[in-house]
Amino acid sequence: MSRIVHKFTRKVPHWQPRVTPVKLEEATEEQLDALQVTPSNTKVSDYVLTLAHDVESLKVRSPLFNAIMYDPGGMSRAERELGAIGASMVNRCIYCAAVHADRHAKLEKDTSVTEELFAKGEKADLNPRNRAIFDFARKLSESPVDATPEDMAGLREAGLSDEEILDLILSAALFGWANRLMHVLGDPVRHEVPA
Amino acid sequence: MSIFDSTTLKAAGIAMGPVAAAAETRAKIMEATQAAENAVLSPRDPGAFPHDLRAALAARLATAGGEPALAAHYLDRAGAMAALADPMQDGVAEGFGTVVAFFDKAANRTRDIAAEDIAALQEAGISDADIVRLCELCAFMAYQLRVVAGLRLMKGEAA
Repeated sequence: MSRIVHKFTRKVPHWQPRVTPVKLEEATEEQLDALQVTPSNTKVSDYVLTLAHDVESLKVRSPLFNAIMYDPGGMSRAERELGAIGASMVNRCIYCAAVHADRHAKLEKDTSVTEELFAKGEKADLNPRNRAIFDFARKLSESPVDATPEDMAGLREAGLSDEEILDLILSAALFGWANRLMHVLGDPVRHEVPA
Repeated sequence: MSIFDSTTLKAAGIAMGPVAAAAETRAKIMEATQAAENAVLSPRDPGAFPHDLRAALAARLATAGGEPALAAHYLDRAGAMAALADPMQDGVAEGFGTVVAFFDKAANRTRDIAAEDIAALQEAGISDADIVRLCELCAFMAYQLRVVAGLRLMKGEAA
């Protein structure tokens, strides 16, 4: 038995596709290449197998994702995760929010920020820098026209450099993308062990 | 190609100054963003969605998202599908009513999407591969629109 998860959580659920993923044994050469399947790496998630239906997009998406979230310089990794969490909460992508809240907590070695966010949403009690980052990510995610010059000024007042602001824009925008795949193409589920 | 010739930086009006300097530190990301645009707007295998329809849907989102320069870039490529670039058109006359309704909801009311929305596409005869293609186009556009909007705000602030 499995049930759909509707509440934000740091405990990462299972992702169940709403469409039929590509079957690995039926994948084309181009799909196998994009999936990076090798004889020593044959474990591919249902999510990636679903995206393999559009192999041209999948191939360019992974390097872009990794560069935005992990390339050195600019904003800290934890703060990029906060941008991702802001977008994922707006779009109610329970799966993305869980993965990135878990990463944020591990990077910060502290669960308090994500606990506060999941409990109180936009009314969460955050320090001024996290407040400015989360608010900007949230508004940009609601609609590209919702973020204002005042929100941008807030980022500068909180001490963010141009490079950091660019990384925040990129990480929040990237989850505008990721949420529209994860939340749209599948359900976050928890498998229940029968009693 | 210079990153300043990419659709994203051109639509945001970024060519020089502190925002351009910040963008140069992320040149690899700007190049990958253009590669992603090419993959969703003009793929070799377009499935059920030809390039002109993709461009029209992209222009539609850019218009609804308040980015006229980005909308104009895509409208130029929309050809016979240009009517769908208007967010007020429902696409029924062109035979894309179900597609357009889903696209708008996934783009602008993402949180409200449920399993029934995907089932409706399947019932309309749209293949799973085409559903994924449609979501990738919608998702990429949501990303690009927000990067353009964010860069424009940065430029206003830095000017």
